[in-house]
Amino acid sequence: MNIFGRLTLSAFVHDPVQMGGVAVMTMGMLCAAALITYLKRWKWLWREWLTSLDHKKIGVMYLVVALVMLLRAGSDAAMMRTQQAISVGANSGFLSANHFQQIFTAHGTIMIFFVAMGLIFAIFNLAIPLQIGSRDVAFPFLNSVSFWLYAAGVVLINLSLIVGSFAATGWLAYPPLSELKYSPGVGVDYWIWSLQIAGIGSLLSGINFFTTIIKMRAPGMTLMKMPMFIWSVLGSLVLIIFAFPILTATLGMLALDRTLGMHFFTSGFGGNVMMYVNLIWAWGHPEVYILILPAFGIFSEVVPVFSQKRLFGYTSMVLAIIAITILSFIVWLHHFFTMGAGADVNAFFGIMTMIIAIPTGVKVFNWLFTMYGGRIRFTTPMLWFLGFVVTFTIGGAAGVLMAVPAIDFQVHNSLFLVAHFHTMIVGGVVFGFFAGITYWFPKIFGFKLNERLGRYAFWCWFVGFLTAFLPLYVLGLMGATRRLDHYSASTGWQGLFIVAGIGAGIIALGVFFQVLQLLVSIKDRDKNRDTTGDPWNGRTLEWSTPSPAPFYNFAVIPEVYERDAFWDMKHRKKNEKKHYEDITLPKNTPMGMFIALGAFLFGFGIIWHMWWLAIVGFIGIVILAVARSLEENTEYTVPAMEVERLEKERLAKNG
Amino acid sequence: MNKKQLLLFIIPTLVAVMLLILLLLGRSGIAVLDPQGLIAQKERGLITIGSFLALLIVVPVFILTFFIAYKYREGNEKAKYTPDQDHNLLLEIAWWAIPCAIIFILAAITWVSSHQLDPFKPLTSSTKPITIQVVALEWRWLFIYPQQNIATLDYVEFPQNTPVDFEITSDAPMNSFWIPSLGGQIYAMNGMTTQLHLLANGVGTYNGSSANISGAGFSEMKFIAQSSTEQEFDAWVRQVKDSSNPLTLAKYDQISKPTINTGQILFSSVDKNLYHDIVYKYLIPTNSELKKYNSSGKY
Repeated sequence: MNIFGRLTLSAFVHDPVQMGGVAVMTMGMLCAAALITYLKRWKWLWREWLTSLDHKKIGVMYLVVALVMLLRAGSDAAMMRTQQAISVGANSGFLSANHFQQIFTAHGTIMIFFVAMGLIFAIFNLAIPLQIGSRDVAFPFLNSVSFWLYAAGVVLINLSLIVGSFAATGWLAYPPLSELKYSPGVGVDYWIWSLQIAGIGSLLSGINFFTTIIKMRAPGMTLMKMPMFIWSVLGSLVLIIFAFPILTATLGMLALDRTLGMHFFTSGFGGNVMMYVNLIWAWGHPEVYILILPAFGIFSEVVPVFSQKRLFGYTSMVLAIIAITILSFIVWLHHFFTMGAGADVNAFFGIMTMIIAIPTGVKVFNWLFTMYGGRIRFTTPMLWFLGFVVTFTIGGAAGVLMAVPAIDFQVHNSLFLVAHFHTMIVGGVVFGFFAGITYWFPKIFGFKLNERLGRYAFWCWFVGFLTAFLPLYVLGLMGATRRLDHYSASTGWQGLFIVAGIGAGIIALGVFFQVLQLLVSIKDRDKNRDTTGDPWNGRTLEWSTPSPAPFYNFAVIPEVYERDAFWDMKHRKKNEKKHYEDITLPKNTPMGMFIALGAFLFGFGIIWHMWWLAIVGFIGIVILAVARSLEENTEYTVPAMEVERLEKERLAKNG
Repeated sequence: MNKKQLLLFIIPTLVAVMLLILLLLGRSGIAVLDPQGLIAQKERGLITIGSFLALLIVVPVFILTFFIAYKYREGNEKAKYTPDQDHNLLLEIAWWAIPCAIIFILAAITWVSSHQLDPFKPLTSSTKPITIQVVALEWRWLFIYPQQNIATLDYVEFPQNTPVDFEITSDAPMNSFWIPSLGGQIYAMNGMTTQLHLLANGVGTYNGSSANISGAGFSEMKFIAQSSTEQEFDAWVRQVKDSSNPLTLAKYDQISKPTINTGQILFSSVDKNLYHDIVYKYLIPTNSELKKYNSSGKY
């Protein structure tokens, strides 16, 4: 048996375009490494970040990785737009069919699993404990494990660009195309194992934050006094806990088919393709709401703060979230009305899908009436919100249309569908997270982002988005199916594809402004420093602690009497003398990273059939997990006096 | 929000809404909105009704958004500031109830149309329907005419105003069979038959596509659907029959191998059991039986 399994030198040979991608990625990594070496920051990186169990630092690491992945999958999008704008008639573009298919598979997979999921866990880590007045998450070590599993997934999926190839099956890898018969290479295995590893991280995070919200809220914060962001996240977490095991099981079965020759989803031998499609969407549809609910939550924070008014219709909002959470589990079949389930089944799922529009609409109205009678400050988070209302309403209308099975038959798998879900995910999730990042940035880093460049970025994104995606609705109605690497000139599609490409270019300009915004803001950080801890005149607890939040979050755990706890605190103006106490916090540990390394070796071993490596990886995980659970000395205490000293020092510094 | 920002918002939004309305009114060149068949016509009708119901929500939301955003901007002292107003029972009932009412109407339409336009439901017509069996291959479409005993690749012809009963399966990765001008699609899957019933209103040539990713040749896996007069169709069938290019099992083995963009082929006759055998080969339990149909024997 070959110790390299099926890995040969030919796995490193690609076509020139792919080699370009490999070169860019390798250069990027080398530059980063060189910069760290030059600044002599390796030790700092290891001690302060990589081994940290501080949820804020883990959140920042999620954010960095997710944003880098946004650039990676965004370049994929740019390549697709370019290919589709030029690959018409005699011109077959600059990408081969197989490479194009790998690109859109990678684009979808990375955007959902490594950008959107990364961003939500970034925001969960950055905002949840601070907003519920807690010093940490329920299981700080598990949090680190989750992050590193996510990172291992990121490494694995990007490695597929350099070593071997990626799946060319579409982001959900429907069998039988994803089975050995039609995809014998390593591509689908890379897909399976990067998602499997990251997915387990997501599930663990889901459990972690669910427990955090249930058990670790500040005294007095009853469920109905929780900030709306926390409610939204709670809905999302319930969905993660119920949906991700389905993903794990489905990927597991596909892996058994591919690796051990089983027949869960093969065409013959009793395998059932339709079962896979059902299972993957039984996870996939809740996944959409896992992403959008936190974005709703962010807007529920941003709108009241910048309207300087209480959130309108709190109880309605809570009911709407609960309704969306439950309903999102009984609509999965709308992703495949065209499988022929019959009129009764199709109609049921169609109607359930439309019903979700009701609580979603209620939320929009409540946000609008939060603004009504307010004093609205149009900061960038607020612009993202208004942009979201426009795009999300258009996308929602298209969604309700597609919920009618007979209409879906005519737009399914067309660019109309592609336009719809991008309107929801870009216009909803991504706009939401940009709002959230701008909003919480000063709390984490201690200074605000540049407003002017933020506005430029927003306008580019908004206009670029409409330019890029409205043509896709039309193209879909013209009969353009998704995932085409080439089409004939007689279709008359090229003009609209070019417009869509221009739109993508405008979005790229927006991204450029965002990178510039970050650099300029870091350069001008002293001008935009937040010395008050409350830069936006906030309403929730995270603004009651200084910016950047100290490593123990709160010197004194706040008590909650009202919904807008910090608003209430500011208006109560009680000057109680602060009583400090000892604070116990988790010690740093690299164990999470090592466990994820085990998972990575395990995945890589299976992908390339290096069984010994898979066994080493697996045994490594078990040994490390046992060793960690036997370790007793995992926490340290900051004495009350030290807390007092740190607080006084800060007060003296900030005046 | 100042006036400039308001305009920046309203212009793209207006363009978007206008585009939507224009789409619904205009039709030329947009296959789904310019239906040439009975089913596509009904589906277009639904798109129109659905869009107008959606506009009932979309337009007021946009007007409300921009009105509120502009009026309650910071600095507009004329607008009344009510920082603690956080609920209003009547208003909240209204925006639970109004979407409920619209969705109720749409739900009724959905229920009725799902049954009426169920792809498996045969069409009622005074004309005798024609059956065409469809097989998705890598990467072309095989059409078998059991009544006429002919077969075609990447080209399907049928008489106008005649219900066409498509029976669809796949001998390749899952696919989706779609003729946008005539009506909605259905999946083609191994070991099963799905059905699609369409009817062309007149003579015409329409693009047919494969709407589900099926591997390297997916983009080139297209076909032409030709609707002709009865006489033309009969003449065409006779012409095909005379071409003496039978589709034998051996020939099928050959054409079912992966090929990209090979053009249309017409077959003068076809093995009577071919479609049935293609469906059933995935249900046969033993490897040796499978080998009869595919030399690789790997399923």
